[in-house]
Amino acid sequence: MPGLGTTLGRGGATTAPQDLLRADCILIQGSSMAEAHPVAFRWVVAAKERGATVIHVDPRFSRTSALADLWIPLRAGTDIVLLGGLIRHVLEHELYFREYVLAFTNASVLVGEHFRDTEDLAGLFSGYDPEQGAYDGASWRFAGDDPARPERDETLTDPRCVLQLLRRHFQRYTPELVRDVCGVPPELFAQLARALTDASGPDKTAALCYAVGWTQHSKGVQIIRAGAILQLLLGNVGRPGGGILALRGHASIQGSTDIPTLYDLLPGYLPMPKAGVHTSLDQYLGAVRSRGGGWHDADGYVVSLLKAYYGGRARADNDWGFDFLPRITRDHSHFGYFMEMMDGKVEGLFVMGQNPAVGGQHARFERTALSRLKWLVVRDLVEVETASFWYDSPEVRRGELHTTEIGTEVFLMPAAGHAEKAGTFTNTQRLLQFRDKAVEPPGDAKSELWFVHQLARRLKEMADVSARSEDEPLRALDWWYPENEHGEPEVHAVLAEINGYHTEPDDGAHHGPQVAGFADLRADGSTACGCWIYSGVLGPDGVNRARQRAPEGAYFHGWGYAWPADRRILYNRASARPDGAPWSEAKKLVWWDHERRRWTGLDVPDFVADKAPDYRPPPGAVGLAALRGDAPFVMQADGLSQLFVAKGLADGPLPSHYEAIESPVDNSVYEQQKNPVARLHVRPDNPLAEPGDPRFPIVLTTYRLTEHHTAGGMSRFLTHLAELMPELFVELSPELATSLGIEHGGVATVVTPRGAVQARALVTARMRPLFVAGRWVHQVAMPFHWGGRGHVTGDVTNDLIPLLGEPNVGIHEAKALCCALFPGPRPPDASIPRYLAAMAVRPTPERV
Amino acid sequence: MAIGDGLASNNQRRHLYVEQQVTVGFFTDPTLCIGCKACEVACKEHNALPHDGFVFTAMSYDNTGALGASSYRHVKFVEETALAPDAPPGFLFLSDVCKHCERAGCLEACPTGAIVRTEVGGVFVQDDICNGCGYCVVSCPFGVIDRRQGPVPGAGGAHKCTFCYDRQKDGLVPACAKTCPTESIQFGPLSELRERAEARRQTLLDRGIAGVSVYDPSSVGGIHALFLTVGDGARFGLPSSPEVPTTHLRAAWSSALLTSLFAIVASALAFWGAGP
Repeated sequence: MPGLGTTLGRGGATTAPQDLLRADCILIQGSSMAEAHPVAFRWVVAAKERGATVIHVDPRFSRTSALADLWIPLRAGTDIVLLGGLIRHVLEHELYFREYVLAFTNASVLVGEHFRDTEDLAGLFSGYDPEQGAYDGASWRFAGDDPARPERDETLTDPRCVLQLLRRHFQRYTPELVRDVCGVPPELFAQLARALTDASGPDKTAALCYAVGWTQHSKGVQIIRAGAILQLLLGNVGRPGGGILALRGHASIQGSTDIPTLYDLLPGYLPMPKAGVHTSLDQYLGAVRSRGGGWHDADGYVVSLLKAYYGGRARADNDWGFDFLPRITRDHSHFGYFMEMMDGKVEGLFVMGQNPAVGGQHARFERTALSRLKWLVVRDLVEVETASFWYDSPEVRRGELHTTEIGTEVFLMPAAGHAEKAGTFTNTQRLLQFRDKAVEPPGDAKSELWFVHQLARRLKEMADVSARSEDEPLRALDWWYPENEHGEPEVHAVLAEINGYHTEPDDGAHHGPQVAGFADLRADGSTACGCWIYSGVLGPDGVNRARQRAPEGAYFHGWGYAWPADRRILYNRASARPDGAPWSEAKKLVWWDHERRRWTGLDVPDFVADKAPDYRPPPGAVGLAALRGDAPFVMQADGLSQLFVAKGLADGPLPSHYEAIESPVDNSVYEQQKNPVARLHVRPDNPLAEPGDPRFPIVLTTYRLTEHHTAGGMSRFLTHLAELMPELFVELSPELATSLGIEHGGVATVVTPRGAVQARALVTARMRPLFVAGRWVHQVAMPFHWGGRGHVTGDVTNDLIPLLGEPNVGIHEAKALCCALFPGPRPPDASIPRYLAAMAVRPTPERV
Repeated sequence: MAIGDGLASNNQRRHLYVEQQVTVGFFTDPTLCIGCKACEVACKEHNALPHDGFVFTAMSYDNTGALGASSYRHVKFVEETALAPDAPPGFLFLSDVCKHCERAGCLEACPTGAIVRTEVGGVFVQDDICNGCGYCVVSCPFGVIDRRQGPVPGAGGAHKCTFCYDRQKDGLVPACAKTCPTESIQFGPLSELRERAEARRQTLLDRGIAGVSVYDPSSVGGIHALFLTVGDGARFGLPSSPEVPTTHLRAAWSSALLTSLFAIVASALAFWGAGP
């Protein structure tokens, strides 16, 4: 989550759903929260009952909009223009929370004189290399040599200070531009701006909720950045009822980035080392550590992680086993390896908790790629489409693939459900919640712990008798976990390692007592820790804090355990004035107790507990000691939130609007049409529509229904859920339906350059054409839960989505692309390539 | 009580209503409903109900269609076109359920005594006594109760919301109310719910929302599953004056008696007049 990570310091939601209750205004954009997060949405409903204004920005009038006070329809993929418009409004009318902005953001910091903005370079920032399609961000750096003490202009008037750069950058994001690009009328924009600015100040706060409606864009990280900038200007981060609630996709998705399933991260947001770049531990630590701020202590986190992995084999004389770690050699993301799979370069694949045959983007591509594997292991509750692709995929049914010619050996391993195994979930609000096993899994179904543990044991046994040097990391792995009667490692032991322990063993034990928190972690090999941000969840007292169920106080401490250190609201030092007093009685959260000389309040302070507000770092101070007593963003080198991000983003220090890769219109904000550094994955089997392609004039966006779970493995196979939403449908406006001759309830076919999908037509006034840049743009919306198996089946919506990647995280663009729409079913037996080939040469229709 | 009371909420507390014979009810408030259908699913899950078929109805997001022998909760989706070009469309949700009428048509029509009233005032069908005659089906003014078509468990008999009588006997809240994330469905003593419904109506009126009323029709002597309605109740498919067939029983029998008396007198007169 580099959008929040670079801006605020940590890649996690700053707040919790329960805290929405304290908001005066809630902006939900890039999420249909009521539908995808109905339980968290109860707090939105509760806040509304207490008088909060709820605003929903979405192309589709959804169940969320129905509960909102204000619905703002916008053209999919134009969020940065709307947010930029709000940022401009706040700056131009001097409506920003000046004292907060001055003290807690880098608004006053001066940017180096070599920086050139999109205003100067027709939509590009300085440092763009068109050959590489990449930026060299050297010119984005701040002025001065010490990142912990950048040059500042407290008057905010220097043209090189961040606030003035921001003002200039967003100057062109006028209400008229918002109207012409987003399709939002100025009156509606004014209502939105008023609602937000009215809820800003010492005694008011507004919260911002987003989900994958913001992330799944070719500029998703910058959309989140724009939202964060707005929240910072309004003084809403780190305060009760404020913040940014990043609603995660499903259970433990937050956990899956904390202890990552991502190729480029190690646990606790430590970057994965790169081949040829990080050749030694020192070099790696030099890149990871900062002089000032929390990342200064990263040496302790890294060495403790290596000690957890490699135990006694991690020693000072071998860089603590740093060379046992694999290195990144190229794009190993989901799309990266699927493209290599398609090209026959990947032999085998484990699929666990995923169903790419339905949930993968350009799913036809992914199913075809699976057929080029030698072996495939699928662990799931049921035989999902990914496990059955070799005999019943649409490609086999259409004759594009033949079962007899597919060499992939498929192993389907039955998996235990969540009530059939013990472990933790980490939810949206960074809260670890432990669950006990309720029942034994049926038959041969096993937990992930069992599977990974048994696999690791067998691999280690093979490595132990092998002479191959590449097996050395496996031999070095410290796989010490005691087994229970089911052949699973003890959950408690795994959680103890995640928490971290002293490596000096107690008598006869594998290790010493657990550490109390990440502050105890050392870089001298005396501690081991599997994920430093989770440290404290199972401290030396042996109490599993994730299992606690006795909530107390305003922030439910005693229920589960929130990382880091059970802080429920991140950066909560910002809830107090620079001098340590609460901004107001109504919005107090954490404050400085002058008598006890400590931070105190309703939450665990996200700050050094006894660092006085007037503390000023002595020369030469490092780490947290290098940060002032009024610098709340403790993971940043200067302790400030970053309105302008000088380092860490691939596509620019400030958000700028580029059109979606597939867009019906030209970019009217800049000459530059699309994100210049987006990963386009240009290849013949991944065709893209050019901007304004007359064959694909309609905007398509995808979404999730309450009734189904992502790729359907946990809902299409259950009658109680399947019957609620039995068929794939496409939502379209009455205007579009009339012009295309599509009947409500009838069948329609949605076509993109990559696929054709048949769906029932749901004609509804909840979809609305928008007047954009002098013409009407139509939008249609489709859920994506269906596939070939289960009680209810249907075409795979994701067959329509292109393979392309946002430049920072590689996420695809499923929330804004282009399609054509026809009445009637798709040809039942024609192969899609033939159909699409015919489509490619069909006469250009009149634009709708 | 407000949303977010957590374990202190009536919807989450254990109770002794059956033991103490307290008349209980539901109060369903569509202004808090998010149309998630968790009530439908929780109900089916707890009562082990079979599916109703996998049919796409094209009626907004409602593929349940109606209350029936296998759907004891039904979330209605009401879509209305916008009143002005820039105004938002209407999109309302209401979780419908058996009304557990004070004067229950089904109970009155049941010839076997299978349908009874419980200690907490609910109307309950005893499946082992029901003979599947179907008299109750035509006697319900709301179209709630229905016979279950086979081949599934309980086929042939009449079924409807049990008020989770089994759960209530164990001190548990009905599954729908227990699971409702926004407490759009509230469970509790009926008298308390009537007060709460009236207070809610007043709150919404104070906020300037016009046409709010509490649906509690007197034509069936009041109901045990109150609803809040905004605008015409017909918007949510709630009849303005539901009647059980026996309402007209006395009038029907009286007029039949009068008619037969008149016929006897008239024919007697006719013969008398026509005498030799």
